[in-house]
Amino acid sequence: MLAHLQRRIRIHEMDNLLLQVTNLKEYFPIRGGILNRTLGYVRAVDGVSFYLKRGESLGIVGESGCGKSTTARAVLRLIEPTEGEILFEGNNILSLPKKELRNLRRDMQIIFQDPYASLDPRRCVGQIIAEPLNVYDVFSNKIEKQDRIAYLLDKVGLHPEDSRRYPHEFSGGQRQRIGIARALAINPKLIIGDEPVSALDVSIQAQIINLLEDIQEDFGLSYIIIAHDLAVVEHICDRIAVMYLGKIVESAPDVELYSNPKHPYTQALLSAVPIADPDHQNERIILKGDVPSPITPPPGCHFHTRCSVRKDICAVEVPELLDIGGEHYVACHLISSPS
Amino acid sequence: MRRDTRMQDAILDIKDLRTYFYTFDGVGRAVDGISYRLSDGEALGIVGESGCGKSVSALSILRLIPDPPGRIVGGQIFFNGMNLLELTNNQMRKIRGNHVSMIFQEPMTSLNPVFTVGNQIAEAFRIHQGLERSEAIEKSIDMLRLVNIPSPEKRVDQYPHELSGGMRQRIMIAMALACRPEILIADEPTTALDVTIQAQIIDLMLQLKEELGMAIILITHDLGIIAKTVERVIVMYAGKIVEEASTRTIFREPAHPYTRGLMQAMPRLGDKIKLGRVRLAEIPGVVPSLYDLPAGCSFSTRCPSVMAVCKKEEPELQEMDDRHFCRCWLTCKEG
Repeated sequence: MLAHLQRRIRIHEMDNLLLQVTNLKEYFPIRGGILNRTLGYVRAVDGVSFYLKRGESLGIVGESGCGKSTTARAVLRLIEPTEGEILFEGNNILSLPKKELRNLRRDMQIIFQDPYASLDPRRCVGQIIAEPLNVYDVFSNKIEKQDRIAYLLDKVGLHPEDSRRYPHEFSGGQRQRIGIARALAINPKLIIGDEPVSALDVSIQAQIINLLEDIQEDFGLSYIIIAHDLAVVEHICDRIAVMYLGKIVESAPDVELYSNPKHPYTQALLSAVPIADPDHQNERIILKGDVPSPITPPPGCHFHTRCSVRKDICAVEVPELLDIGGEHYVACHLISSPS
Repeated sequence: MRRDTRMQDAILDIKDLRTYFYTFDGVGRAVDGISYRLSDGEALGIVGESGCGKSVSALSILRLIPDPPGRIVGGQIFFNGMNLLELTNNQMRKIRGNHVSMIFQEPMTSLNPVFTVGNQIAEAFRIHQGLERSEAIEKSIDMLRLVNIPSPEKRVDQYPHELSGGMRQRIMIAMALACRPEILIADEPTTALDVTIQAQIIDLMLQLKEELGMAIILITHDLGIIAKTVERVIVMYAGKIVEEASTRTIFREPAHPYTRGLMQAMPRLGDKIKLGRVRLAEIPGVVPSLYDLPAGCSFSTRCPSVMAVCKKEEPELQEMDDRHFCRCWLTCKEG
């Protein structure tokens, strides 16, 4: 508990923002007809705002289709956001020309979910890890570069000799380690993990979670971890944002969110997670129905169609994300601000 | 004496089942001598990591192993006293979907995209009960109602692509339960689904189990689901059962080092509130390849309490307490 508090204090003291995202929107056009006209939009991300402090880990959770992966990709500008502002160390990523963006990308890297699909099968591990180093011309000296690769492989728990082997020779967990080594190669400040452990078995998952925590200390990284597994997110992250249908419905520090969830969706989501303890009894809130389509999201609060405590206003007005104190934000008509 | 009464209760009795895969890399012993019993109306869980043989063991019960490369090379599977491995293919078809049913992980790939869901559910009624088309469709609508699908009269004429993932899994359950089977085998039924939908499906399965009085074999890697749904648990590792006990015993007093490792390696929701930020205990190394298993105990290469004997000789699955079985030299009784 003490280490946990110390960590929180340290993050708080630094108190400078690494990343600030304001009103991010990502609409994908749906085209059709003979003239290929735009018939409508998939509102994958519909006005998301959050921030990330230096050294902090932010978790974004939600069900499939809620826009969590799209948010991550839009933050890196791997897809062009429709609207919004993304400040990375004070620079607006969205207004930068391509060349400057490339320099900024040095500080942000991503780890993907599928360790099988995210590594080029025709290149050996050494080449895969060297790629970001080559792109940014970090080393002119070949030996220095090789030393760096050996150092990175060692850091992620592989052998330096592995640099000559190919991805298919490794297991899923080891491939994820290679992906992490590649992300670390150019000393980024921010790493976005898009479901970094969900394709792995329990015993391997624990190894990768521990590795992510270790390198965060060693390299002074900030994380945005996208995941659907709430227990994993709780374990790694300092602060957690819950998304539903393109919007953040609640965000709070880890313990606060799990012990004092305010939004009905967060409450239902937490209660639906089966706890690995046969004696654990909890009041399960079983949500009715499915997530509505993001093409035609319900008016008002997006969650009102499945909410058990909805009022008339919920179907009409979109609730604002309110600060209720202690970095706890909720978007629900039933919650009023403390002042 | 007590053993005899147990024999009678068992609706499914698997003895020394061996399913091997013959490939260019050698012989993969995916299931290597597993034995267990399933009592009438019991919910049994099988857990393990990918490649441990949990799905192959379930497919073997229905004789759905693709041959070649796979083959059931030994053992017996008694269903109501009848050895399924000795039946002809025609006799086996009368068992599948009628007495023993199965639902799979990926509902999209297990449904036929060119038939309406009503047609697919009705197939079971027409084949096993010889019903006419219209009658079978009527009964399909009843099944859709049973699995809580809203407006079943409308849904029965829809195609799988028109339905959401949770809805498709409900269709799979409706198909599997159409003929009121005695045993339902569910292979990772909720892995592809979101947590809130997963909760709906698990609740539905438990509710139907009570209503229809069937036995369930639930295969999963998620210990949380195991804790919530089943009465007994089998833990598999590299094609063998390493531990079998009641759910409470598995969670409270796990005996095998692998089971203990799994319990500690898993982050649990709410632990941070109780314990603060702690490091997860990891099981070192990786699951060994089935084509290259270590000598002696398969877990010996990753075991924290490995002894000299573990690397030489394979331990037997021994009963420690009442119906608590463990395959480990540490828990072996002398003599």
